[in-house]
Amino acid sequence: MSGTWLIRGVRPLGGEPTSIVVRDGLIDSIGAATKPAGAQVIEADGLIALPGLVDLHTHLREPGREDAETVETGTQAAALGGFTAVHAMANTDPVADTAGVVEQIWRLGRQAGHCDVHPVGAVTLGLGGARLAELGAMADSAARVRVFSDDGRCVSDAVLMRRALEYVKAFGGVIAQHAQEPRLTDGAQLNEGEMSARLGLTGWPAVAEEAIIARDCLLAAHVGSALHVCHVSTAGSVEIIRWAKGKGWRVTAEVTPHHLLLTDSLAASYDPVFKVNPPLRTAADVTALREGLADGTIDCVATDHAPHPVEDKETEWDTAAFGMTGLETALRVVQQAMVDTGLLDWAGVADRMSRRPAVIGRLAGAGGELAPGQPASLTLYDPAVRDTVNPATHASRSRNSPFTGMDLPGRVVATFLRGTPTVLDGKIA
Amino acid sequence: MPAVNPAPGHPELASGPAPAQTPAPAGDPRPASDPSSASSPAPAGRKIVLEPEEIRRALTRIAHEILERTDGGAGVVLLGIPTRGVPLARRLAERIEQVEGRPIPHGSLDITMYRDDLRLRPARALGRTEVPAGGIDGGIVVLVDDVLYSGRTVRAALDALNDLGRPRAVQLAVLIDRGHRELPVRPDYVGKNLPTSKQEVVRVMLAEVDGEDAVLLGRADSGGRE
Amino acid sequence: MNRHLISAGDLTRDDALLILDTADELAQISDRPIKKLPTLRGRTVVNLFFEDSTRTRISFEAAAKRLSADVINFSAKGSSVAKGESLKDTALTLEAMGADAVIVRHSASGAPQRLAGWVRGTVVNAGDGSHEHPTQALLDSFTIRRHFGRSASSRAAGAGAGDGALDGLRVTIVGDVLHSRVARSNVLLLHTLGAEVTLVAPPTLLPVAVGSWPCSVSYDFDAALPKSDVVMMLRVQQERMNAAYFPSVREYSRRYGLDAARMAQLPDQAIVMHPGPMNRGVEIAAEVADSARSTIVEQVANGVSVRMAVLYLLLGGAEGDS
Repeated sequence: MSGTWLIRGVRPLGGEPTSIVVRDGLIDSIGAATKPAGAQVIEADGLIALPGLVDLHTHLREPGREDAETVETGTQAAALGGFTAVHAMANTDPVADTAGVVEQIWRLGRQAGHCDVHPVGAVTLGLGGARLAELGAMADSAARVRVFSDDGRCVSDAVLMRRALEYVKAFGGVIAQHAQEPRLTDGAQLNEGEMSARLGLTGWPAVAEEAIIARDCLLAAHVGSALHVCHVSTAGSVEIIRWAKGKGWRVTAEVTPHHLLLTDSLAASYDPVFKVNPPLRTAADVTALREGLADGTIDCVATDHAPHPVEDKETEWDTAAFGMTGLETALRVVQQAMVDTGLLDWAGVADRMSRRPAVIGRLAGAGGELAPGQPASLTLYDPAVRDTVNPATHASRSRNSPFTGMDLPGRVVATFLRGTPTVLDGKIA
Repeated sequence: MPAVNPAPGHPELASGPAPAQTPAPAGDPRPASDPSSASSPAPAGRKIVLEPEEIRRALTRIAHEILERTDGGAGVVLLGIPTRGVPLARRLAERIEQVEGRPIPHGSLDITMYRDDLRLRPARALGRTEVPAGGIDGGIVVLVDDVLYSGRTVRAALDALNDLGRPRAVQLAVLIDRGHRELPVRPDYVGKNLPTSKQEVVRVMLAEVDGEDAVLLGRADSGGRE
Repeated sequence: MNRHLISAGDLTRDDALLILDTADELAQISDRPIKKLPTLRGRTVVNLFFEDSTRTRISFEAAAKRLSADVINFSAKGSSVAKGESLKDTALTLEAMGADAVIVRHSASGAPQRLAGWVRGTVVNAGDGSHEHPTQALLDSFTIRRHFGRSASSRAAGAGAGDGALDGLRVTIVGDVLHSRVARSNVLLLHTLGAEVTLVAPPTLLPVAVGSWPCSVSYDFDAALPKSDVVMMLRVQQERMNAAYFPSVREYSRRYGLDAARMAQLPDQAIVMHPGPMNRGVEIAAEVADSARSTIVEQVANGVSVRMAVLYLLLGGAEGDS
């Protein structure tokens, strides 16, 4: 199945054009090459090669909400977005809080074969925030869970968060916190600010995120553990993380593509496609997040791909579900927000979207360099084209993309997972 | 009816008696006025068909006719149709008061809500409706308007009056009757009969609204009001 | 004017004056034996009320019927909506019925806007969540200008120059601004018409971003009283006490209630308004509500005239933007 591939004229990390030979699942050589016997050729003139992208934060919805997405459709979407590994969040039904459920998800991922699926284990039983789930069992399972998160909910109880941070030290795990003080965000719909005041929507104040992040950084430092902050969305959060890192504490953080590009002014239409948790914020926040990603305060981009069926989004704002799809548009949005604005080069993109997420996810054999001997998990990307985002053409089962109708650059042309193409010519292989 | 087509380059038109065609519908034919007594030249493409003096005399005549036909104006209520019917009604009321020595009730009746062509254009602003304190029940309402054309405005006014009360009679006074009726409406008092073609536009100017008195006739594309 | 009336912020000064002048004319209908105009004959107006509101619904119904429109009332209780039908499906049903206008009241901010995307007819917002209630603001401005001699008839009678707007008038709005759609619409419309608006409330009941609104803010009701031509009291829900917006109804009433003593501090010509329904004894004392300064009853009557004007201007002409 692996075969031999010659990728001709490609620019690894945006560098000089060269050729990459893939053989037996590994990168065989990088440099001028003649076509090996029996090799299939990809003319990659003008394309950029990046190591296969790793998403630390995706919702595959299976088991429980297969009307929105399945592991099959979600991983297809991931591959089409250039991803070779995704971390599937635990807020499924049943919740992924036991070895049994995480193994089921892991197996579904292997069967689908479009990218590696690493299930995230819940921190608390049933995401109830009251009792720790069997984190050790999940770590020891075939899924080898290392990232634990109650995402969707915040682990708001300070004692419970402390215990979780301490407990995972035993097996090198990391707690990924969805930072949202629940009492300050009761019924919250939109970033608390001018827009929410004008539109008459209950506000989601930035302090509800920042206060939790500050607390958790201090806790992690106190007990000597690692903290990962999910979907950072405010300028204040970036500053707190910068401060914590400056102290040498083991804090990592991610930002979503939509928080790098969109603001709460889009809510003026009351279209719930723009409703997400944490909410879209102001232009000042977007600027701070971009700068934070550029200088490495924010370690990586994670999509928080959150598919929802039409009936959960085609309603009035208050009753609509929170969340946006993102796997298939992530790299394009990052190009628009970070590369085309000169804030990050392609090597930086590789670092933020492949290398660092793999490190945080404690993944062996992913996010490696594009170098001979490394697993051939890579993506070929054409930065020069532009077109309008049309979710009807997406592989995801759901259509709730906030970029619908937007003109974005770039196109994933091919994705390879350990030497096997999962995407060729922009289509599932 | 006077049916003189203006020759181009003759801005002032004699509004004198016609070369005998159809008889004037109401009132006596007026003596020809002196075309050179125009107070201001007509705008390009339009000619003056009624000078200020002639307007004055027409209104005086109409006021006398109203008194003759209503037994001295008993029960008469003058209601002008906005916009220019309103100052005309007021002028008639003044003249009648001068002659009879007592005031005559007058006011305005806006007919916008009763028009039959509302859907053809965006919603219009309303004019003022002021019905005199005594109301119209049992009275003789004389509707006053500047130009009578298709008759639809008057039809709308009759519907409006119907919702306001029950007059004993309704009469119609207009400064200009330009023909081309589309409904069976006829005026009781006419300042001037002015035969026109449908491509022409009649523009009545009154001092209270436009700063001066004049009646102008022009082609439809020369910027006249329709 | 737009095809819809969803926010008071959509109205320009000219738009607002046109509505108020038209309402002045239409107000005369209530004095006639035949309270009817044929203007909207054959048009269908649907009252789509997801929230109970007898007063507003009846007001719109009277307005539509006086213009000879056909009125269909749809209330959410016991309807298909109560059984879980979505807003969109309800909208499609209305489309099938051929509604020319939909008057919608809903507990969710933004519902009229969503509806406008799904129906071809005109949408009039009769109150959406905490967002806006534009016809309430219009009838409030109508009431104010009548009192201060700026209505169309006053101006025609030579009461003063000006275009009938509210320039120079000082309006103080008191109460739960944070959750009030009436407050939002009024701040926008009063500002558009040139009035000076001051909001008075405890800090917990003001939006965090209120500083960006076109009005002043004060926590001190007593200081604002002598400088007010109009005091508009907003209803305060007692449940807010349980969410710690204020410690007790008693304390709220003491600091922000309009009682007789406070009313005596108002300038002679000042009026007291309330959109209703009132919590007598909480934000407004009974004797104030019943006093000569109170316009609360005429606000209701003015509502019909203003809503007639809105329906006429939106539906009475050709479809599409003017």
